[in-house]
Amino acid sequence: MNWVPEVASNLASKVDAVLWFITVVSLVFFIIISFVLVYFAIRYRRRQENEETPYITGSHVLETIWTIIPSFLLIVIFAYGFVVYKDMRTPPQDSLEITVTGKQWLWLFAYNTGKTTLNELYVPEGRPIKLVMKSDDVLHSFYVPAFRVKQDLVGGMYTDLWFTPTKAGTYELFCAEYCGTGHSAMLGKVIVMSPQEYEKWEKGEEEKAVSSLPPAELGKKLYTERGCNACHSIDGSTLVGPTWKGLYGHDVDLQDGTKVTVNENYIRESILEPQAQLVKGYTPTMPSFKGVLSDDEISGIIAYIKTLK
Amino acid sequence: MANHTIAETISIPYLEERGLLSWLTSTDHKRISIMYLLSISTFFILAGISALLFRLELLTPGKTIVDPHTYNVLFTFHGAVMVFLFIVPGLAASFGNFLIPLMIGARDVAFPRLNLGSYYLYVIGAIIVLVSLSKPADTGWTFYTPYSIKSGTDVILLTLGIFVLGFSSILTGLNFIVTIHKLRAPGMTWHRLPLFIWASYATAILQLLATPVIGITLLLLVAERAFGIGFFDPAKGGDPVLFQHFFWFYSHPAVYIMIIPAMGVISEVIPVFARKPIFGYKAIAYSSLAIALISFLVWAHHMFVSGMSDMAATIFSFLTFLVAIPTAIKVFNWTATLYKGSIDLKSPMLYALSFIFLFTIGGLTGVFLGALAVDVHLHDTYFVVAHMHYVMIGGTVMGFLAALHFWYPKMTGKMFNEKVAKIAWAFVFIGFNVTFFPQFILGTQGMPRRYADYPPQFHSLNELSTIGSWILGIGMFVMAINLIRGLFNGEKAPQNPYNSLSLEWQVPSPPPHENFEEIPNVTDWTYGYGKKSA
Repeated sequence: MNWVPEVASNLASKVDAVLWFITVVSLVFFIIISFVLVYFAIRYRRRQENEETPYITGSHVLETIWTIIPSFLLIVIFAYGFVVYKDMRTPPQDSLEITVTGKQWLWLFAYNTGKTTLNELYVPEGRPIKLVMKSDDVLHSFYVPAFRVKQDLVGGMYTDLWFTPTKAGTYELFCAEYCGTGHSAMLGKVIVMSPQEYEKWEKGEEEKAVSSLPPAELGKKLYTERGCNACHSIDGSTLVGPTWKGLYGHDVDLQDGTKVTVNENYIRESILEPQAQLVKGYTPTMPSFKGVLSDDEISGIIAYIKTLK
Repeated sequence: MANHTIAETISIPYLEERGLLSWLTSTDHKRISIMYLLSISTFFILAGISALLFRLELLTPGKTIVDPHTYNVLFTFHGAVMVFLFIVPGLAASFGNFLIPLMIGARDVAFPRLNLGSYYLYVIGAIIVLVSLSKPADTGWTFYTPYSIKSGTDVILLTLGIFVLGFSSILTGLNFIVTIHKLRAPGMTWHRLPLFIWASYATAILQLLATPVIGITLLLLVAERAFGIGFFDPAKGGDPVLFQHFFWFYSHPAVYIMIIPAMGVISEVIPVFARKPIFGYKAIAYSSLAIALISFLVWAHHMFVSGMSDMAATIFSFLTFLVAIPTAIKVFNWTATLYKGSIDLKSPMLYALSFIFLFTIGGLTGVFLGALAVDVHLHDTYFVVAHMHYVMIGGTVMGFLAALHFWYPKMTGKMFNEKVAKIAWAFVFIGFNVTFFPQFILGTQGMPRRYADYPPQFHSLNELSTIGSWILGIGMFVMAINLIRGLFNGEKAPQNPYNSLSLEWQVPSPPPHENFEEIPNVTDWTYGYGKKSA
């Protein structure tokens, strides 16, 4: 069994070193206390009802020893934790900055090339990355176990964190601060690429490959990639939002008492301005995907919904 | 009642008078204690059942029995009810009420009618919390803003219920402080007091000073939800992190409101069943006060990654390590008390020893979370869930069960089946560890808390944890049945079945209405076990 996640950033091994140090110190104390506890309970167990026991009320020497030794160790642990924390809070000057926005229940990444991605953060291996983060609604927390980094995203302020990815690969991103119904579905990925691949990715060659898919397949791909699946089912079950199964072409009751037939325009409007015509019985929690999804991508999603009969 | 003279009333066991009304109007601290005990036990069972349900949901990845919203409602109900209706009033209101007057040699608490009033406040608060279940909150028991402002559930009613419960807590604390200061029997000096009294005193100070802060905070939250005043929502110019500071300024000391009385129980049970004086009386007594004091200065260790300054995080990390020291001293002193004792492993002692063992794990894992670099990784993961349950169940609930088994003969006048009690203990102990130990590993591996669903790599440990919850549930069930059966079929309890030297054992079981025929004159401390010349 793996006790800790994969080590995939420069900080991870430093954090693990503190973790193991505390583990060893704790284990020593734990083993001593449990051993003594069990040994005394067996060695001095009551054998007959009127056993006599000595009158011992304490020992200043012992009490002083077991005050000073833990105090000393605790200060060492504090200092060690602090030293590594200071590293974790001090991003290098030449860090690559990426803006992160959290909203219920998706991650939005904006790169300085003007590119944006949803739920997938692309970073080059070996380069310090600084994330400048904000929330559009409630609290969220950016957590990548393999990097040992975590930081809350708070509305009305920017928070930041940094790391240097050390290994190409795909790593899980979790939202670690409870943010409502879709909390456990607010997942993302961090994709660490070699510098060459990253350069290629920055130029956007991959995007073309995506849009060359047939519309319905593109929509299917976006359904999971863009996190639609956090709130919309495709099997008829009710999640945070209405299911997509059998949605197209049917009438739905709206919050204001009117009815609307689900067609291309209604779906498009619901993606770009979700609160404009809200379906009855659902809360206005969906974020706008304006500027996030291209026209081709929206058409792809519409085509995909049409296939779900 | 009217037929008896005053002298006769005194010698009537407090349980004698029948009828619901005689209970609901009683100002006898022992009857109020029993009413609290029944009330908090009811909520313990309800919150426990909700935990079994959401553990069942976590048995497999994907949907097992409930949708994410229902899952969120279940863990919110579990947390809020366990904290505010079971564990905060918990030992203080139930055993504190029963034992404080008896242990210090008084006939009742200082303000008996206020005491009954506190109980009614508890009941009103509890009813409001239950009414809120028509649209149950899904915010978690921490009510973090701005989600608690935006959630479509009935947050206002739940927080108002907790607001009322707070007054019950404040007034109980006030009552106990005055009682301990003013009503000690002649000769019962501070350094002769049982350590449970010292613990209750420290707890009462915390209740009195910290609880108003949660009251004010929740009112601000209600004002923001109801009238749109922007205290905490950034959309209205508020500060969500401020809410967390306010919340933990109460809720961290509240952790000690929950655990210190249990520490007091352990300090009573161990000397009796080891037949030894408590080791380092003064260190244990004053460490309760030290913990209470330091607990006011460590609240922001819940917030290292919440967006406060790095400097603040550093200072709070340092202060957090300070609180570990008095806690460690207690653990060492309890263990040392066993040395050369005559240890009787009856059920109260088994729970007390479990407390030391499990609380040590809870305390040591707190060291991980206090260390800044490690907390960044472990914060808001299952490691925190495991840590707090090792402190709250491994600590407080073990202390509660030790108290329940230890004072049961005194409170009920009956004995329970000791063999069944031991079997139940084994299930509880094993079930608890199987449920929560895997969660330390899950958290270290990176599984976030409050997840209705989880990626497949966390499956097997979650499965194990859910199986553990069933073992724990069976243990609790057997324990409860055993204690209930004892009420009807149990043998009559002797005055002092465990040969304790404490005052409450020197009166009949159950004690008479006025506790002592004559107020005792105390000449020695409570822990004079063993042979002095040896």
